[in-house]
Amino acid sequence: MEITMYMYLIPSLIMFCCGVYGFITRKNMIAILISLELMLNAVDINFVVFNRFLFPGQMEGMIFTLFAIAIAAAETALAIAIIINIFRVVKNLDIRDITKMKF
Amino acid sequence: MDYSQFLMMRQELGLLVVFLLVFLYDLFMPKKAQTHLPVFTTVLFAVFTLLGLNLFWAEGTAFGGMYESTMSTEAIKRILNIGALIVLIQSIKWANSEFVAVRRGEFYSLLLITLLGMYLMISARHFLLFVIGLETASLPLAALAAFNKNHYESHEAAIKYLLTAVFSSAIFMMGLSFVYALGGSLYFADLSTAIIGSESALLIVALAFVISGVGFKLSLVPFHLWTADVYQGAPTSVTSYLSVISKGAAAFAFMIILAQVFGSVYSQVWEWMLYALIILTITVGNLFAIRQKNLKRFLAFSSISQAGYIMLGVVANSTLGLASVMYYVLIYIFSNLAAFGVIQAVENNTGKVSMDEYNGLYKTNPKLSAAMMIAMFSLAGIPPFAGFFSKFFIFSATLQTESVALYVLVLIALINTIISLYYYLLVVKAMFINPNDNPIATFKSAISERIALVICVVGIMLLGVASCVYTFLTNVSTF
Repeated sequence: MEITMYMYLIPSLIMFCCGVYGFITRKNMIAILISLELMLNAVDINFVVFNRFLFPGQMEGMIFTLFAIAIAAAETALAIAIIINIFRVVKNLDIRDITKMKF
Repeated sequence: MDYSQFLMMRQELGLLVVFLLVFLYDLFMPKKAQTHLPVFTTVLFAVFTLLGLNLFWAEGTAFGGMYESTMSTEAIKRILNIGALIVLIQSIKWANSEFVAVRRGEFYSLLLITLLGMYLMISARHFLLFVIGLETASLPLAALAAFNKNHYESHEAAIKYLLTAVFSSAIFMMGLSFVYALGGSLYFADLSTAIIGSESALLIVALAFVISGVGFKLSLVPFHLWTADVYQGAPTSVTSYLSVISKGAAAFAFMIILAQVFGSVYSQVWEWMLYALIILTITVGNLFAIRQKNLKRFLAFSSISQAGYIMLGVVANSTLGLASVMYYVLIYIFSNLAAFGVIQAVENNTGKVSMDEYNGLYKTNPKLSAAMMIAMFSLAGIPPFAGFFSKFFIFSATLQTESVALYVLVLIALINTIISLYYYLLVVKAMFINPNDNPIATFKSAISERIALVICVVGIMLLGVASCVYTFLTNVSTF
């Protein structure tokens, strides 16, 4: 069986939608971060697949993916640091408790 | 490799030198000299800004066209420099305060690095460089928002900012992957030729994703929910930086992207998206601003509606629109920083930020009240002050092409200007008219805060009247 582009794109789309869904519904801040990672990884898959199947002569998508991975890592590190700081104050990770400021 | 192309990046290199000097000063100077770090940074940056005003202008491309420096990008970088300089002057006292003093080196390093990110964002002609610039500009800002370590609100602001920022940049990059699939390249120039005349659904989805990603940075309305919380929780210096510099850079970069990459599909695809966004942004920002009691939140919603006005220049999609966007950003920097300067002075001395507590401020601190009044008048767009002229130019740039939709758009914006007058005057009324038995006591603000306020007020008074500024910006504005 030949493997086509869509066989990669559909899982990536599902991953992206799961990420969006998780970002909106999860209560735990770490789980929200994982959802964000899912979204970013779906983007990476998209870039690699488009590069591999549509424009096999060049490397632009692959290079973009490398940078995107590094950026995602930086984002996670920063988010974890801030979450630890919040945890020291409120003693849990529930996003519903982070409501001191609203409207 | 031809190293002379680095000479195109003179602004970036200059800023990098400033950053390195500040970093080394923070690292190696003895403890005694550390107290002078804020002044050292400010003076260094002032020298850099003032030298840049007529030196170091460069035109050309670097790195195979990934980076381009034109007269307009050079001009907007200098405008941002002026704003950042005022923010630095304002923050001197705060940076020397008890809890911040230990970590002030980090404050300055992070601030300068975000500015470098914005430079890259403005000059990028390739989406990879743009994304790197965008993230360099937004990630350190989350760390800066969390800078008040002993205030819980500060952390809350930071996590809200960071999570929404990452979410929106993920959506933005998803849009980019679709754009890449369409065009097979990430260079702006290649992409724009690849999508001429295309009306595919993929392009529309990609553009919607890209607009929402940048719209987050600009806090346009469906993506604005982080703004008020972050502005309230973050330290005031960071808030003022976030509200003017980051917004100005994003608006300019947005305009460059829309014009250079998607310019050929203007009327088919993104014109109407922007109409809807602008009307929503201006109206919702205004209506929510009316009910705010905290002045920082109040300015957050006011800055949302101001972003809507900036977008009017983007929708014009012409060089005149570009010039009026730059001019608007310049005036907005001075007006908003004047307002934040007053808030910061009052907050540093008394710790009060709510509008009720400003009642009767005129009796005790007449000069601060006058500065605040001028800032509010300029933000609202009352004639003798610069805010009127920036609004005027942005409306006239939008109305250059005759179409009914644009007339309706500008009419709605005008009506909203009148609504905004109401809440801007609420602040003035609180300070001048509302009675108060124990108003904020008379205090003497620090010399740095006074200098910053004087610069802002003079800027508001002169920039509207001195027509050479606008003439200069129209002369340099090219895509």
